Amino acid sequence: MRQEPFVVPGKLVVPYRYFVGRLASKALIALRDDKKVMGVRCPTCNLTYMPPRSTCGRCFSKLEELVEVGDKGTVLTYTVVYHKEPVHPMEPPFVYGLIKLDGADTALPHFIGEVEPEKVSIGMKVQAVFKDKREGNILDIKYFKPQ
Amino acid sequence: MAERVAIVGVGQTYHRSRRPDVNQVELMNEAVRAALDDAQLTLRDIDAVVMGNMELFEGNYLVDMWASDGIGSYLKPGMKITTGGTTGATVSCAAFNHAASGLFDVVLAVAFEKQDEGDTTAGLNSVSDPLWRRWIATGAMGAFARVGRDYIRRTGCKEEHAAMLRVKADKGACRNPYAHLKLNLTIEDVMNSRMLMWPMRLLHMCPTSVGAAALVVASEKRAKQITKKPVWVKDWVTVHEESATTWSMVRPGETSLEKASRLIYQRNGITKPAEEIDVAEIYEPSIWGELAWYEQYHFCEPGEGWRWAEKGVTDMEGEFPVNPSGGVVATNPIGATAMIRIVEAALQVRGDAGEHQVSRPVRTAFTTAWGGSNWTVATLLTKSL
Repeated sequence: MRQEPFVVPGKLVVPYRYFVGRLASKALIALRDDKKVMGVRCPTCNLTYMPPRSTCGRCFSKLEELVEVGDKGTVLTYTVVYHKEPVHPMEPPFVYGLIKLDGADTALPHFIGEVEPEKVSIGMKVQAVFKDKREGNILDIKYFKPQ
Repeated sequence: MAERVAIVGVGQTYHRSRRPDVNQVELMNEAVRAALDDAQLTLRDIDAVVMGNMELFEGNYLVDMWASDGIGSYLKPGMKITTGGTTGATVSCAAFNHAASGLFDVVLAVAFEKQDEGDTTAGLNSVSDPLWRRWIATGAMGAFARVGRDYIRRTGCKEEHAAMLRVKADKGACRNPYAHLKLNLTIEDVMNSRMLMWPMRLLHMCPTSVGAAALVVASEKRAKQITKKPVWVKDWVTVHEESATTWSMVRPGETSLEKASRLIYQRNGITKPAEEIDVAEIYEPSIWGELAWYEQYHFCEPGEGWRWAEKGVTDMEGEFPVNPSGGVVATNPIGATAMIRIVEAALQVRGDAGEHQVSRPVRTAFTTAWGGSNWTVATLLTKSL
């Protein structure tokens, strides 16, 4: 007779919180309260990072200068999600892409909405759609939609 | 090994219960900047970066995925390492190996823990054997309560002796600007603190600290160019034992602590450790660990540790100072803790420990780290080659 393998089920519960830190705090508050998308500029490398960080990885300068990068940008690349996973934030099909905001030199991963998946294209100009009730995280931008 | 290596820069943060003002990357960055400043180097001089913390203690894995800007590893080779309580020492050893291999001249090592963000015991429970041990969930306190109970039974040690060493640790911490708990303790304070798990009282156990540490390690040639006071890393070793059977309880002499220290002594011609080594920074998350482990490290004869506590042998001004920094019982940012032992030992060798510099002249320092399922890392640092 075939025997089933003996299994002991378990579940790990690991609660955590994340202190946002020196610069990102200010950026998330601006996003929540004023719908302003902020990055941080490295004057040495002449680069603007979004999301903001406290140190420039290239030159190791301590960064201080928060700048508004705007809510408009360009799709650098994207994909359409058709399969379903428990961690997905919405029902497929949905589109996510890397978006270079006009005032930034880096790409932000986010969703692309209000458009048929087959109509999204690389190079498409998009703009942020904000949630009405914002909580101070990156999903205060619901998604980016075509301009 | 191809190259001899030295520590040419050390740094650490001020250790606290909470650091709500910084995120994990910013915390590491403080230690990295301190170590680079100490070495008088910039990031351009660094050829590789090794980093580590305890996975899951902050509720995340692989912090190096998003920390490269803050730790200076952008477009540089390196790796992330996690080995439980020994993490900081294993990260250091990986940096020594990088430099000793001849592949990298100057290597940065950074380790941290930000325990104000996660649930350490939940994280710790995830590392136990999932079938036989996870259900008990006693964490580190249970392990050291056992060590204390066993030591009392075997040696006739009294609770006062644990209190004596705890007061010694506090004296060091009060003189160490970076230490976490600075309590101006008396023996009575320790004896009257809350019972957690007999014989373990609150003040016998380390705090949950937030902090980071960093080292700059260089090959012999570069080390001599970088600093007038290189601290030579003479030797390092890691030894594992098996946790599932808890051999160390059944066979008290057979521990990774004993084996790791014995290997270091044998390989370096040390026959009388307490005479030939000038200072030790050992990993004692509980003061019962310090008391019971002097003999495991062959510092003293079996059962003699509590007599040493009475005589003050291991005080900062004693014949054989142990943990002048205040040790782990005063400061325990887990992933960084074992690196802090090496940082502090290096400062002692350089004579740069300030108010907690030991009285005895330091030419040789010994450090240990202990963690997870009973493994030990030991290092030997020297003033001259």
